[in-house]
Amino acid sequence: MKYLLQKLGLFVLTLWAAVTLNFFLPRLMPGSPADAAIAKLSQNGPVSDATRAAIEAQLGVPTGSIWDQYVTYLGQVARLDFGVSYTFYPQSVASMVSTALPYTIGLVGIVTVLAFVIGTLIGVAAAWRRGTWLDTLPTLTGSFLSTFPYFWTALLLLFFLGYVLHWFPTTGSYAATTTPGFTGDFIADIARHAVLPALTILLTSLGGWIIGMRNAMINTLGQDYVTFAEANGLRGRTIALRYAARNAILPNLTGFGLTLGGVVGGSILVEQVFGYPGIGYLLFNAVIGQDYPLMQALFLMITVSVLIANFLVDILYGVLDPRTRR
Amino acid sequence: MTSTMNVKIPDDRIASPSPWRAFGRMVGTLWSNGKARLGLCLLGAFVLVAVFAPVLAPYGPKDNGFERNADASLAHWLGTTAAGEDVLSQLIYGAQISLLVGFAAGILSTIVAVLIGLSWGYMRGFAGEVVGFIVNLFLVIPGLPLMIVIAAYLQNGGILMIIAVIVVTGWAWGARVLRSQTQSLRGNDFVTSAQFSGDSRARIVFREILPNITSIIAGTLFGAATAAILAEAGLEFLGLGDSSIVSWGTMLYWAQNSNSLLTGQWLLLFAPGLCIALLALSLTLINFGVDGISNPRLREGKGR
Repeated sequence: MKYLLQKLGLFVLTLWAAVTLNFFLPRLMPGSPADAAIAKLSQNGPVSDATRAAIEAQLGVPTGSIWDQYVTYLGQVARLDFGVSYTFYPQSVASMVSTALPYTIGLVGIVTVLAFVIGTLIGVAAAWRRGTWLDTLPTLTGSFLSTFPYFWTALLLLFFLGYVLHWFPTTGSYAATTTPGFTGDFIADIARHAVLPALTILLTSLGGWIIGMRNAMINTLGQDYVTFAEANGLRGRTIALRYAARNAILPNLTGFGLTLGGVVGGSILVEQVFGYPGIGYLLFNAVIGQDYPLMQALFLMITVSVLIANFLVDILYGVLDPRTRR
Repeated sequence: MTSTMNVKIPDDRIASPSPWRAFGRMVGTLWSNGKARLGLCLLGAFVLVAVFAPVLAPYGPKDNGFERNADASLAHWLGTTAAGEDVLSQLIYGAQISLLVGFAAGILSTIVAVLIGLSWGYMRGFAGEVVGFIVNLFLVIPGLPLMIVIAAYLQNGGILMIIAVIVVTGWAWGARVLRSQTQSLRGNDFVTSAQFSGDSRARIVFREILPNITSIIAGTLFGAATAAILAEAGLEFLGLGDSSIVSWGTMLYWAQNSNSLLTGQWLLLFAPGLCIALLALSLTLINFGVDGISNPRLREGKGR
């Protein structure tokens, strides 16, 4: 219980720090959204004072002391009020985010868990059969694939499986001809469109899990209690799974939480290549369109989701390893 | 107790070899590892290409007087871009940017990681908790989205901006690894003996402990450089870097922009991406060897 409260406290503190960082980031940077918009306009000719005032009013130029702004900002975040998008005016940022969120959670969430499970299992096998082809092949292939930039793997798959072989659709999340709804056709279409982005994330993130698990496993296999279990004549499979893997997975689990941020980051590139309408694609469009409210909300969204995932991993760790609960 | 204090400490302490000797020994061990040797050769080849780019490249990277969207030919081995530039020449010159960003950002973030990680490992009490909180914050905040947001605010700040952004978002992992190493060394006899002989904290941390974790620092450096190369390419690909320079990332950006997938010019996408992947692979392979140095169990060995 104390462990849980401690972790919860840390989570709340980190959350607060992330929100604060998100508040100060644009204020530390040169220029403001209004300046950027005026600069864009002034390319077409001089901007009158009236126009300038109108833009500043519309883009919500901060008023009051920095402390007042901060308090207002915290209140807005608490109410999930992120203002209005500049590029998709007058849609609210919150509604845009909630439209995109299910796609990303569905895609990245499922694929990440899948990659972790597959990678961990391969890692266990590789460590157990160390030095054989079962070790060398996945370790080398995995590390080779994980050095591929996310977006490059995405482009290659898009080109060969999409444009050349026509196996999978190349863009979007469902075909324009399908009507959205809870029907078999629609779900099949969604799944077909998700294959290429999912495959990209799977291929590029698998290697990390394999190598992480393999190395942790090799360490536990050298421990005395494993030798003891062997001396007792336990079956190899029992030792590998019950004794070694159970303990080796613990550090890997923390790694899972931390690497998640990278997978979420990588999915931005993947979503951009496939025009997949998730959070990452939205963030890319917000950045290109200098849509600061949307951008800020999305960054906060991504950060908070990674924080929550890490918190859950911490809790799970506590459940699996009684020592951490001391 | 007094007897231990009077023990004469030899000038050349076994526990703290000179940094250069440690470095030399490390390179030797690396070379003896097959994977690391392959990585070193690959990296060396990229460095040579980058240094001798003006000699090796058949044309200037921005000469755009050639036929547009040409397929591979004898005059243009990898074809030309949509703007009429020679792809091979761009590829050769692009090595400079990737190596520069990779190493500059890698070295800088390693320095930050060493300074913070080592002093954090030696700190106790509240100060340590505060540093720990900050490091953990930077660890969990997803790097690429933060990079994208910062880059969006700074708008085309060029290479220096990219390096700075990568350093800001990339030091935390190394700091955490180095801290745990420092902590486990802190209780060792040679540290205790240095404490008794009245060495300052800074001396103990940087002269006694540091030489013993050279290999971990090297691992951090190669890891950070790999991450930096991939991050630079990602930012450039999204069009958030300086798109007027010629780098592998901007090559991919322009290729994507000119729809080279539709025109079937797959070389334009294949070549720069493969170079990024191979450069990152060379550093990863070297890191395999470094891992073997710091963790003898991982050294090439027979299975069970």
